[in-house]
Amino acid sequence: MSLQTWASWLDPINIVFAMLILAMFLAFLRLAKGPSLPDRVVAFDLMTVTAAGILAIDTIAIGHSVFLDAAIVLALISFLATVAFARYLERSSRDE
Amino acid sequence: MNELVGDVLMIVGASFVLLASVGILRMPDLFTRMQTATKAATLGITCILLAVAFLMQDWSVGLRATLAIMFFLLTAPVAAHMIGRAAYFVGVPLWSGTITDELRGHYDMRTHRLSAGPLDARPSATAKPSEN
Repeated sequence: MSLQTWASWLDPINIVFAMLILAMFLAFLRLAKGPSLPDRVVAFDLMTVTAAGILAIDTIAIGHSVFLDAAIVLALISFLATVAFARYLERSSRDE
Repeated sequence: MNELVGDVLMIVGASFVLLASVGILRMPDLFTRMQTATKAATLGITCILLAVAFLMQDWSVGLRATLAIMFFLLTAPVAAHMIGRAAYFVGVPLWSGTITDELRGHYDMRTHRLSAGPLDARPSATAKPSEN
């Protein structure tokens, strides 16, 4: 592998992709490990934020704006899911 | 110039998201995990979307990126507050090194209402001395 191909791997977009995928993996470890349900909900929320970041970087990588709309919709769905989980948790603790 | 600013913002934002996930893995407690995840991830996604707006050079993309930034800034604290409140009611244990818990005794665990004074100083909900 010549020097030029190594330099093309060090493009900022590739570095950012690698960092975001690593972030998603670490958040997934907490999602798998988390001792309580709120831990898992917080880890899942962080995973959706990371996925929205990956979609935003995809927008730069392919040069078209379709992925940005997907990122906005993903943010909306993640907020609704978190609020629904919080309502469910609070109601289940009230009924005890 | 625009390209340089966009690249720097992109890398800074990804670093913040990576720090948030390291924090969510390493912090000892749900509430410390939640504060590192919410704050750092919000700042990181804001930087990444600003980088998109800088690099794409398009009015519609910039408008949508700004909209997404405002949406994240509005919804992330609300979601974190609701999860933290629910976790406090469920009884998620605090870290063993926690020094103070300012909420202890201020929540009525049955009706989920917050009061300023200590809990036993208020008239209890079952006695209702004034309504008889």
